[in-house]
Amino acid sequence: MTGQTLIHLQDVSKRFVKGKDTITIFDHLGLSIPAGDFVAVMGPSGSGKTTLLNLLGGIDQPTEGSITFDGGRVDTLTEGQLARWRAHNVGFIFQFYNLMPTLSAARNVELPLLLTSFGRAERKRRVEAALSLVGLAERADHYPREMSGGQQQRVAIARALISDPKLLLCDEPTGDLDRTTADEILAMLRLLNQEMGKTIVMVTHDPEAAKYARRTLHLDKGRFTERELVA
Amino acid sequence: MRVFNEIAVVTTICIKSIPQRFWASFSTVVAVGLVVTVLLAFLAMAAGFQQTLRGTGTKDMAILMRAGSQAELNSGVTRDQARLIEEAPGVMKDADGKPLVSPELYVIVDGVKKTAVPADGNLKKAPRSNLTLRGLGPAGIAVRPGLKIVEGRAFKPGTNELMVGRALQKDFAGVDVGDTVKLGNSNWLVVGAFELGGSVFESELWADTPEVQDLFHRQNVFQSIRARLTGPDALKALSDYAANDPQLKLDVTTEADYYAQQASRTSDLIQKLGWPLAIAMAFGALAGALNTMYSSVAARAQEIATLRCIGFSGTSSFIGTLLESLVLALVGGFVGTLVTWVLFDGLTGSTLSGASFSQIVFTFHLTPAVALQGVILALVVGLVGGVFPAWRAARIPIVEAYGTP
Ligand SMILES: Nc1ncnc2c1ncn2[C@@H]1O[C@H](COP(=O)(O)OP(=O)(O)OP(=O)(O)O)[C@@H](O)[C@H]1O
Ligand SMILES: [Mg+2]
Repeated sequence: MTGQTLIHLQDVSKRFVKGKDTITIFDHLGLSIPAGDFVAVMGPSGSGKTTLLNLLGGIDQPTEGSITFDGGRVDTLTEGQLARWRAHNVGFIFQFYNLMPTLSAARNVELPLLLTSFGRAERKRRVEAALSLVGLAERADHYPREMSGGQQQRVAIARALISDPKLLLCDEPTGDLDRTTADEILAMLRLLNQEMGKTIVMVTHDPEAAKYARRTLHLDKGRFTERELVA
Repeated sequence: MRVFNEIAVVTTICIKSIPQRFWASFSTVVAVGLVVTVLLAFLAMAAGFQQTLRGTGTKDMAILMRAGSQAELNSGVTRDQARLIEEAPGVMKDADGKPLVSPELYVIVDGVKKTAVPADGNLKKAPRSNLTLRGLGPAGIAVRPGLKIVEGRAFKPGTNELMVGRALQKDFAGVDVGDTVKLGNSNWLVVGAFELGGSVFESELWADTPEVQDLFHRQNVFQSIRARLTGPDALKALSDYAANDPQLKLDVTTEADYYAQQASRTSDLIQKLGWPLAIAMAFGALAGALNTMYSSVAARAQEIATLRCIGFSGTSSFIGTLLESLVLALVGGFVGTLVTWVLFDGLTGSTLSGASFSQIVFTFHLTPAVALQGVILALVVGLVGGVFPAWRAARIPIVEAYGTP
């Protein structure tokens, strides 16, 4: 199922300067993620998992080294180019869902489409399809506060999928959910990976969650140790 | 179109989130509303005042005063000068061939405003305000064709009788027809009330000149001469005549020009009081607006960062935040305008006129031009109060999208 390299990190270093101190998170890190992979990233708190997602998602830039996505350099893009690149290529799923509380589910899912040239009717059609895919067609007009955590996260997944990106980045997507709900969400992610070929990188503390991935990377002191897991 | 969609949805998110900061937003609206109310009250006063003075006097009435005196109160004209004007060219004559010239006396007396009347109704103990008493020459009524006696009759020459302007009656106590008014040591009977096109004259008391001269011991002295002009060229003829006679060191203008000049001086003064006060208050409102908008941006930091993650531009956050601030300010501006309109528009006030030191009764007038100035001030507060928070919103680091709800 996995194929060509989708993301490639070469000699990536990431340092934060805080006053006089410089914190080095990654020092000449290398990583390849093939298209269609589902990677779980685990590791102690502060090991740089979120920082890694930020680099993969074009939210943050490496101090040194190069990042290629689908054969093109990402680390050299300007802020405006990165925003457009993210809109087309990356869907984000957060621990706390990050829905707009003042917008209905449908309007939340529609957000990424507002950056495309689709007209109103086409946007509506796609929003309905995406909400059906996550099983929330009936909830289109509901507001986030009227939904459970699991439902909100499914809306967030629909939002991440709506512009059909190749890559989904999830930071602790089940960190705020109970076991049963977490399993539903994880099963959904696995489905997206297996049936729709989405490449997924998921940060998690939960070994049970990591079992849904094709492989798990352990991040510690700026280095990976890989352990294959069969999904 | 895409940019528009983007800005529209961010603006929607911003504005829909206003109720989450209801009290902060509400107090911003109130503060801006208060500023606008204060400004508009002053400007409506200036506009109303100007309207009253502008409506006073006509182009076919000449007013002659001592050269350089600028206002009737400072002027002095002799009986001899008055006689010379009666023979001057450009002066209209009545059916009997008598010139329509009225040498007039202009003195300050006092009266009691209705608002100053004590609870027991005893006017003797009440604080007093200045009033204009005008002595009219024999032709004084004939030179003013617009005059309407709305109650009673005109004073009889040679008696202590008064006519009272309608506006004055609305504002002052004890000046109704039949009332006795004590001026100096003598009692005067109010025999009539008049209207004269909503002009300053309606704030005056009128009496027969010789009687007023007696009262103030000013025999043979007047403040001004009113003369009805025969036509458009008459003013030139009259001023040339005055200029060529060394006995006539008089300024000659039309009554309309005279009052227009008085009007702009006083309304300038009112505006010069109103604007600094409103601007000083606007700084207070601005502080409130900044505070509200900074807390709005802080409250939405995660939402803004999430939108940036999705691919929205910082510009849309900037514009959305700015529009939120402008909407709050605009609501404040409209509330202020509405409050001014309800409280002040059409309200009668009286104020010391700069030139005459007596009360002129006028009506607050909230003109569209005045209202526009209030709304513009509100928008300036909204703009300045929004632009810095909007700048912060545009600079929120995208990594803020993570973090606790
Ligand atoms: N913008 C920043 N400026 C300075 N230091 C930062 C910044 N972002 C992250 N760090 C530091 O980098 C290190 C790694 O942070 P990161 O958020 O990637 O950890 P994490 O593995 O996601 O941890 P957690 O499991 O707690 O989420 C931490 O020590 C953090 O303090
Ligand atoms: Mg993290």
